[in-house]
Amino acid sequence: MINPDSVGRTFKGVEEVTVTQSQIDAFAAVIGETDTSVAPPTFSIRISLSQYESILTQPEIGVDWTRLVHGDQKFEIFRPIVAGDVFTCSATIETLRVAAGNEIVSVRSDLHNGAELVVTSWSTLVVRG
Amino acid sequence: MVNVGGARMIEVGMTLPEKIFYIDRALLKAYADASGDQNPIHQNEEFALSVGLPNVISHGMLTMALAGKYVTEWAGGSANVREFSARFIKPVIVPAGEKVDLTVVATVTEVDGNTVKLDITATSAGVKVLGMAKAVVVK
Repeated sequence: MINPDSVGRTFKGVEEVTVTQSQIDAFAAVIGETDTSVAPPTFSIRISLSQYESILTQPEIGVDWTRLVHGDQKFEIFRPIVAGDVFTCSATIETLRVAAGNEIVSVRSDLHNGAELVVTSWSTLVVRG
Repeated sequence: MVNVGGARMIEVGMTLPEKIFYIDRALLKAYADASGDQNPIHQNEEFALSVGLPNVISHGMLTMALAGKYVTEWAGGSANVREFSARFIKPVIVPAGEKVDLTVVATVTEVDGNTVKLDITATSAGVKVLGMAKAVVVK
């Protein structure tokens, strides 16, 4: 079970994440994007999902990553991500509810390059019961 | 519909040209490596069946990334996409040795200056796979 006390709390990612050109190139290649001067609009999920995994699976929160299904996703992109961005990441658990035996957690990810907020995204993650 | 400088005016209700992407197991592997999402339900058929799935399924975020490519192409580049959202309502099923379609189309729902809102429809094998898929672009 997910700890209900985690709702409303913001958890900081432990390490900074540096975006490299080869990461952008690889992501762009999969979707047939040839302009790699900026990252494709969904690129930041690469950062957010791994942050979610390390943050949300901590025992004090208790998400079982092996039973996870992605329900929905939203991005608000304040400027495109480019190679050389160094992000600090945070995950805020906005809501938690239980429906049909599944735990449904809504998480917000904020990616900051220094003081600049570059991308905010929201993910609904469903932990199947 | 009028022509301005050779370009079609963008109007509410206008439907953009459809585009078909193809997804196969090799693309799932490439996306797993590019995104870091190595969940075996997207690569290992035996594992996918063992957890009750009909077959290997695409990453929802690969489906969304391809729909994002559709939006980006129309918007004139990734830098022009400001908001993008979708629900993963049905899996894209990817049997071994097959290329399955992801058919994407969009309709203009709002125009405010150079900001355009789109409703996106994405289907695979005739089944709608994204719900409430929307984008805001500047054009």
